This record gives sequence, C-alpha cells and structure tokens, in this order.
Amino acid sequence: MKIVVCIKQVPDTKGGVKFKPDGTLDRGAMLAIMNPDDKAGLEAALRIKDEDPDNTEVTVVTMGLPKADDVLREALAMGADKGLLITDRVLGGADTWATSSTIAGALKNMEYDLIITGRQAIDGDTAQVGPQISEHLGIPVISYAEDIKLDRKANTVTVKRQFDDRYHMLTAKLPCLITALSELNEPRYMTPGGIFDAYNDEDRVTVWGRDKLDVADENIGKGGSPTVIAKASDKVAKGKGEVVTPGSPAEAVDYIFGKLTEKHVI
Amino acid sequence: MGLEEYKGVFIFAQQVDNEVSSIALELLGKGRDLANDLDNKQVTAVLIGSDVKGLADTLAEYGADRVIVVDDPELKEYRTEPYAHALASVINEFKPEIMLVGATAIGRDLGPRVSARVHTGLTADCTQLDIGDFPLQPVEGQEQRHKQLLMTRPAFGGNTIATIACPDYRPQMATVRPGVMQKIEPKKGAKAEIIEYNPGFTPNDCYVTIDKVVKEVSSVANIQDAKILVSGGRGVGSPENFKILEDLAACFKGGMVSCSRAVVDSGWKPKDMQVGQTGKTVRPHVYFAIGISGAIQHAAGMEESDIIIAINKDENAPIFDIADYGIVGDLNKIVPELTKKIKAGA
Repeated sequence: MKIVVCIKQVPDTKGGVKFKPDGTLDRGAMLAIMNPDDKAGLEAALRIKDEDPDNTEVTVVTMGLPKADDVLREALAMGADKGLLITDRVLGGADTWATSSTIAGALKNMEYDLIITGRQAIDGDTAQVGPQISEHLGIPVISYAEDIKLDRKANTVTVKRQFDDRYHMLTAKLPCLITALSELNEPRYMTPGGIFDAYNDEDRVTVWGRDKLDVADENIGKGGSPTVIAKASDKVAKGKGEVVTPGSPAEAVDYIFGKLTEKHVI
Repeated sequence: MGLEEYKGVFIFAQQVDNEVSSIALELLGKGRDLANDLDNKQVTAVLIGSDVKGLADTLAEYGADRVIVVDDPELKEYRTEPYAHALASVINEFKPEIMLVGATAIGRDLGPRVSARVHTGLTADCTQLDIGDFPLQPVEGQEQRHKQLLMTRPAFGGNTIATIACPDYRPQMATVRPGVMQKIEPKKGAKAEIIEYNPGFTPNDCYVTIDKVVKEVSSVANIQDAKILVSGGRGVGSPENFKILEDLAACFKGGMVSCSRAVVDSGWKPKDMQVGQTGKTVRPHVYFAIGISGAIQHAAGMEESDIIIAINKDENAPIFDIADYGIVGDLNKIVPELTKKIKAGA
C-alpha cells in the first residue's frame, strides 16, 4: 500500500500576524509550520501504516522553496518513510490551477494507491488544490474526511464525511484522493529517534526540479495560472462602531432586531 | 480560446433534497447585478439533480432568465463526479462568460473539480464581485481589458484582501461565500426559459458509492463553520445560563454557540468551543459577543467577523472598540427577549 500525503509549509498565524512598517504581511517574522489540515492528513496516513507497517509506505510531498525541506523532515520524524521536495524557480507564482497541475505532474511519475491532502491551507484558505489534483489524475476525490477506513483486500477506502446537515459514508475504489480536516485526529509528536534519523539521513528526501515532472510548460508557474492578482492589500482595521445604552431591554431588543433586519440577517 | 464566444452569467443553483439552497438565490441576485454591467445581460441558473425541474419557477422568481436543467437519477444525492460531469458539460456546451458557485460544502468540492476539467481559473470564497477593467489602471505595453469579473476575497485568515481577475480564460469562475450577496425581491409568477440537457451519465471508477446518508449535525461540529455565532463570556454567569445563548443560536440556520477562554478555564464549556488566540479563529456572518469583555486575545480570534454585536453591562469593556453594534445592558434580560422577538418574526 503506497500512500502519498501532500503537505504545505505555511506561516503560523497562532502567535498573531506580524506586519511590516509599510503595512504588508511580514512572513519572515512568522514561524513556518506544517499546515494543520495537512498534518491531520499525515496522521491519518500514519495510522493506516500502523495497522500493517511492513506493507505500507508513506511518502510526503511538498512544493515550495528549498526551505520547505523543513516540513518534510518534520513529517519523517513523525514516521513518514520518504519525502519529495518539488522546487524550481519556474514553478513560482502559481495559482491553484498551476499548483495542482504541477503536483499532479510529480504524482504521475510516482506510485500511489491513496493520496491524502489537507482540506485547505491556512494562508490561502482555498480548499482547491486537493480536488484539482484528483481531476488532473482522473481519480475519485472525497473531501472533508472525518474518518478513513481502508479495505486492503477489496482495494477500496470508506470515508465518513460531513456535509452541512448530514454525513455521507462513501466508498471509493483505489487509487483515490482524500482531503482531511484538522478535526480528523490529534497528530502525533515527533520522536527523538525520528528527529535524529530524519535529519541525519539526507537521502530520505528527494528533490525534483521541473524536468522530473510530467506536466506541460503552459500549465506551470505564473504563466500557467489562469488567475491573476489585480490588487492585494492588507485589510484596513475597521473603526469603532456604534455603542448605545438603551433605556430598557425592549429598546435594546428593538435596536438589535433593527440592525439584523437592515443587514438581511433575518 | 475564443473568449468572445463565452456569454452571459451562469450560477450553479444548488439544491439539496429537492429544495433550492439559499445560496442559489443569493447568486441569482448578484448574477443579475453583474449581468446589468455586461453586454449580454442574460442570467442562467444551472439546476442539477433528480426530479428537480419543478424548482425552475423559484429560480425564475429570483431573477433567472433561463434555467438549464440537468435531471438524472445518478444525481439524486450530491456526488462529486456526476455533478462535475453535469456542470462541466453545461459549461462546454453553453459557454458562459461567468460561472458562479456557492462556497458551500458542495460548491467547494464541485468548483475545483470543474475548473480543473474545463481548464479555467477559480477564485475561492469571494466576498465581493464587480465588473471592471483589468489591469485596474492602464499599464503601458499591456492591453487593458474591459468588463472583466473582478473577484475579491480575504486570505490569510482574513488579514489580507486580494482582488483577482481571470483575463485569458473562460468562464471566469468564482465560489461565493454564503450570506454575503443579496437576493432580489421575488417576482411572483415570473417564468424562465427552460432548457433540458442531459450529457449522459455512465458510471466509471470516479463514481463513489454512497453507503449511507445520515442527517445529523456533525459529531465534530465546528464553530468555524457557523454562519452565526452566539458567543458567551464569563459575564453569562453560569454554565446553565448558556441555555439562553443556545436558544438564540437555534433561531438562525447555521447558528452555533461558542465561548471565551474564561468560560473554558472555568470548566463551563469544552475547549473546542473556544474563540481566540489560543482557541479557534472564526469569521461568521454575525458574531454575538455576550458577556465577553473582549481582551485582545479574544479579538484576535473573531474580529474578522462580518458583523459584531456586543452586549455587555460594562460600558468600558474593550469589546465595544471592535463591535459594529454595542449595547450596554443586562444580557439576562436582553437575550431571551431577542430570541422571542426573532421567533415571532416581528
């Protein structure tokens, strides 16, 4: 059973978002972490491996700058077997379409039975790359997994997923792509031995440039991105609103009710 | 790609259990707006499901000039592959200039799959859509395109805002956050042109099997998915008194209760309901801060909410600095009365 987990290195927003004096985001001042949904996806893969360690291989893949090697090492220290870093200048500036084409281009040259991605990354919040990879590979996708059960004999995967007011139990044939939510599980910690091995064995991470990818030039990087940023700005802090001191509860209720109606909430 | 072949605004008219979802009507409202700024002013709803043709009149009343109905037994319960096949086939056949999809659980699953299939860009979770020029200002040596869809969305947990265009590919495709766009006043008796279209559905390996559909709220109900959050702080007074917050939340579709750190530290509510820097970051359409003082750590987790309504007896509470509407008063009297009034609907 070969499982590939796609992970992304993202700036940590937990300790607060830092801004430069000119008001733009200071990514350099924020710690880089493994995206939380992706970490849950990795944990799900490692649990599948725990069931049958000798017959399961977990490979983590990331696309990014060379420093994204860090999140691969972290994944190895948690228990992944191998890492693949896709990095090349020509891949920069990609939107979700080009990113998914590029990652699919790597996956086409790998073996996989199951691909797990996080639902969305905390820096972009698009939730698009996972489903788009599945489309480029022509395999089924199941989004928002809350529970994953593999049937190795039948070569299928059964997933529970929440969809607004209901949940679906879905079974898909392998290979299949699943997107994971951070609520799926509590990811394990790295082990000291794992950390040692992850950093000492250089060869456990392979680096692929553009030439190793099965994707056309017109589908990668900035040039292969259908969407273009017209304008980006940091959100202006909103000013103080109105504060009222109503004479009675009924007056307060009328005030709130009026605002909710005005804003089409009710 | 012959861009000029692509005409009109299309919206994906999401239905669940043969009921039109609110987002479909919101998209029709916005679609109408956008179409008025375009050369081709037709708004088309794409209705996908099984035995759903009867819903076309509702879509007409809310602004659809035309409804393309894809009706097939394979489309009874939402599944990615047959729905993606249906929508992608409609796009390839009818060539919309703009394709809007709700940023609902269904839309955020369907949209990316379809955009990858028809090879166009998709902008996620938009909160504003306009028709305008790209680039926004003329740039020497670059052709400025007119009447482009400009899609604005928050990113980085709401800390940045980007406006995105899709100048060279069609349709220009966006998912739109529910609850942001306005429906139009329905025109009773309005009729739309109905086109029935079936691209044929042959199950393949991408068709997943539905073993079970169970209607229930999530076992891991996530306050981050709530449209309306009624959030309580220590000022609520006791764990039992959260009942009045739950009653208020129950008045709204997608309403949930959350809390401040003080409440979790007191053991009144579990950690997964906590909003703030050490809890979850939320951005619902409406955030009620009830009996919450609004320390900066709390604000960090909720200040991106569209509308913040705060009720607190302390007029100096910092929550009033970030609230859109602040009410100085007794939550024990105001909250139950508000619930009563909303339920009565008057």
